[in-house]
Amino acid sequence: MSLTLIVLLPFIGAVLPAIMIRAGRNACATATGSITLLALILLMAKAPAVISGEVFQVSYSWLPELGLNVTFFLDGLGLLFATLILGIGLLIIIYARFYLSKDDPMGRFYAFLLLFQGAMVGIVLSDNILLLLVFWELTSLSSFLLIGYWKHLPEGRQGARMALAVTGAGGLAMIAGMLILGDIVGSYDLTVILQNADLIQASPMYVPALVLILLGCFTKSAQFPFHFWLPHAMAAPTPVSAYLHSATMVKAGIFLMARMWPVLSGTPEWFYIVATAGLVTMVLGAWIAIFKHDLKGLLAYSTVSHLGLITMLLGFGTPIAAVAGVFHIINHATFKAALFMTAGIIDHETGTRDIRRLGGLLNLMPIAGTIGIISAASMAGIIPLNGFLSKEMMLEEAWHTMWLDQGWVVPLLATVGAIFSVAYSFRFIFHVWMGKPRDENLPHHPHDPPFGMWGPPALLTVLVVLIGLFPAVIAGPLVAATSSAVIGGELPEYHLALWHGLTPALGMSVIAIVVGALLLMRHGALISATANLSRPDAKAMFDCAIAKLVALSRVISDNLHNGSLQRYLSVMIVASVAIGVSGFYAEPDHTAGTRELLDVSPAAAIGWVLLVVTSIAAVVMHHNRLLSLLLVGVIGLIVSLGFIYLSAPDLALTQISVEVVTVILMLLALNILPKETPKESLPGRKLRDGVVSIAAGLGIGGAIWAIMTRDLPNSISAYHLANSKIEGGGTNVVNVILVDFRGFDTFGEIIVLGIAALSIFALIETVTQGEAAKRLANWVVSNRRSADRHPMMMVVATRVMLPLSLMVGVYIFLRGHNEPGGGFIAGLVVSVALVMQYMASGFGWTQNRMKVNYHGMIGLGVIAAAITGASAWVAGLPFLTSGFVHVHLPIVGEFELASAMGFDLGVFLTVVGAVMLALAKLSQVERMAEHIDVNLDPMDHDPSVRIATPEKEA
Amino acid sequence: MEFLVASSIGLLTTCGTYLLLRGRTFPVVIGLALLSYAVNVFLFAMGRLTINMPPILREGVTEYTDPLPQALVLTAIVISFGMTALIVVLSIRTFLEIGNDHVDGQPVGEPSEAGDKN
Repeated sequence: MSLTLIVLLPFIGAVLPAIMIRAGRNACATATGSITLLALILLMAKAPAVISGEVFQVSYSWLPELGLNVTFFLDGLGLLFATLILGIGLLIIIYARFYLSKDDPMGRFYAFLLLFQGAMVGIVLSDNILLLLVFWELTSLSSFLLIGYWKHLPEGRQGARMALAVTGAGGLAMIAGMLILGDIVGSYDLTVILQNADLIQASPMYVPALVLILLGCFTKSAQFPFHFWLPHAMAAPTPVSAYLHSATMVKAGIFLMARMWPVLSGTPEWFYIVATAGLVTMVLGAWIAIFKHDLKGLLAYSTVSHLGLITMLLGFGTPIAAVAGVFHIINHATFKAALFMTAGIIDHETGTRDIRRLGGLLNLMPIAGTIGIISAASMAGIIPLNGFLSKEMMLEEAWHTMWLDQGWVVPLLATVGAIFSVAYSFRFIFHVWMGKPRDENLPHHPHDPPFGMWGPPALLTVLVVLIGLFPAVIAGPLVAATSSAVIGGELPEYHLALWHGLTPALGMSVIAIVVGALLLMRHGALISATANLSRPDAKAMFDCAIAKLVALSRVISDNLHNGSLQRYLSVMIVASVAIGVSGFYAEPDHTAGTRELLDVSPAAAIGWVLLVVTSIAAVVMHHNRLLSLLLVGVIGLIVSLGFIYLSAPDLALTQISVEVVTVILMLLALNILPKETPKESLPGRKLRDGVVSIAAGLGIGGAIWAIMTRDLPNSISAYHLANSKIEGGGTNVVNVILVDFRGFDTFGEIIVLGIAALSIFALIETVTQGEAAKRLANWVVSNRRSADRHPMMMVVATRVMLPLSLMVGVYIFLRGHNEPGGGFIAGLVVSVALVMQYMASGFGWTQNRMKVNYHGMIGLGVIAAAITGASAWVAGLPFLTSGFVHVHLPIVGEFELASAMGFDLGVFLTVVGAVMLALAKLSQVERMAEHIDVNLDPMDHDPSVRIATPEKEA
Repeated sequence: MEFLVASSIGLLTTCGTYLLLRGRTFPVVIGLALLSYAVNVFLFAMGRLTINMPPILREGVTEYTDPLPQALVLTAIVISFGMTALIVVLSIRTFLEIGNDHVDGQPVGEPSEAGDKN
């Protein structure tokens, strides 16, 4: 349990600094530090047991179907890394409190830092590789936030982007590699994978998995040729550089190589990829570091070089090299974090990090100077510091390593790397701390920083010395526990000691120190000698590659995604047809259906002929929009008739009333839109569309033919028929299904209808602004309009019909539960009755008499349906369970009251509200375009007024 | 009878699709209406065709047509009205905003980059 807590604490704690910053910077730092300290204490409580060989494990199911579970385990390797992450993290938190200036948002900094810390601890403690990948990506994201923390600096933003792009891309590759690995083993649990080395190395997928996983590791740990992002990430605040880019995140790749060492290493592929990449990185990084004038740049390339060293040791694949690698991880973390913090102190105190302007600082800031010099000496590998020990071990291993059967390659290059390493380390010592101040006009007058800033690196430096002097006592147990976890077997024989006698490694060390010192003495000459060498600028190359990628994706998307909706639609239709056809041919045997078919009656034949003629005519004559609209009306009518004929009275009623409203709506639209469609399709285009459409039609027609000629398999319909009366209390099964059995669907549907109406409202309401308003204001009114807009005959007729049609609506509504009808149909009928008034008597006149808020009506409808549904809860039944009672009234007789009627009322109100809102809004545009005031008189030519007028005049 | 219905659905689909592929908004709206008919009748026909067997329970009657597709199609008809209304208004708004009724929504004087005029 406490293992999970160690991982979760930083994540939970990430909220704290954001809140605590209100209480001041000290409170914020204290809260953050306490979180890390707590996690560290929990970890340390387990440390003795882990060092003695115990492995802690916890496991919770998360998505077992995917093999993704929350499982953590703590062994020696996990302990080492978790200690580094939490321990150095704690020091960094203290250091950052004094490093960050008053203007920097500290709460955000600590929140990001804890987020990162949690992700790192997650990586090193995960027992599930999928979970590990999640944390892996989280470190990329949180380091992106941290590198770009000073978001006002372009270097920070660019560095953050580059780091995210490189490590993110590597992470993607690693996901693939891990999935392959899990597939080979059949489990995503690390503990299982680690026991299947033979299975993995025998698999043909071993090399792809290895390469993909290594891509992830190399990008994260800045190995050649992916090393270039790390120096650019140095734009981050120094605490971030010290934490992420020396001690933790860049070690994540190393960690994973160490974690996977038992299963992946030992093959020639592993050796040549990993050891070579490490060797090249070590030499190259150290070489570049010599020429960096920026303190952090020097340290960044030095880090690249040291990461290469560790990678190379892991790549050798021998247990003893792995032990050396583990030991160097510890040593590098201690001296490099201290050096970064020292660089931060120098920057903070002098205002510059340019080595050319620094010098003689030891006299001015003796404490920081001592720390810096000792750590840098350890980095150079000077006896008796810890850097010397692991470098000796490295050189010893290099001495024994054959590369392509050549015994001299690795020792030579390792010595060269060590020489460069000594050179840049000495440069850090002599050019910064020794000699005379080179620039008297430094931005600040340097002096030692407050304890909070030098304390953390001092502690690390003490460790540097102690490990150097008493390696077996101080670091021995941890190295042993970690190494046995890495190797996964018996530890080789090794001695952590200062003196091993006169070994080749010692000779190489001596050569390195002497030549390195000579190199530094000739530093000026070296700089001028190499000044004309062309140096590939990684950033320019990276930016160029990114620009090319962007251009390429633009070309691809512009060609595929060219803005032509017609093209997208054709692609979709063709794809649908293709899927259907491939499905059809996937089944080799196709027999004709055996269902008995219905006879064709003459009426049906006539309807069919009409439908065929009107459909074709609607296409052929679609340029005449009014005509095509009328033809659609005819088609709708035939479809309604078809529904009646085929035992669907409810559908017929719905279809025919919808038809009326739709035609009115489209007529209104056609008043604004052009009346003709220009003939602009080229013949080729028509042919293409025709072929696509015919294919679609044949596919759909064939599918439904195949369905209809086969019998209906058992469906749930029989249940609805059997229970409609008993449970729903109605004999119209379709209506009972709508308001009861599948009431929840209907509830959703009326909400959709309401949303559609409100969207229409929003679209029209904003038409009074911008381009649209200008066009409406300049609208040229067509003179093809009726002289008598509101003819008397129609006004009178509709007014007489209003009560009748409303009555029909009520009747259809009431009987809906038992006979064809119901809320949908009644709502449409009532809407038609109301629309007739608007059409006949004009908008203004009707609106003055129809004081109904249609928005409210939609809302009321949805609420009524919801309340009816929810009232079932009162009776302890599920949502929308309906009840019904039989009521006996005098005169009326016995009738039934179903709660579903309340629901149907909601449907009714929503339909009326939605239809009326849509039409009313459309007519508003018309009125704006026609520049007419709303009429307050019902008729243009009122007979009574016309008779009265001459009399008055007379 | 089944053939008549199947061929009608196929024909409506063909006509609807063809109009959907036109370059102006109004034919697209008409095409969508035709396609809605086709889809609604298609869904309805999933319950197989019957004559004189409406799903209204009566004493002594045991055979009814399948009520379920009918219920689903009924709401589909209403919803497709809502959608038709929405795209009609969208097309009007587009027309008012850009001064033409081309579906790609390119303002006047800026011909579609695609050159994919219908």
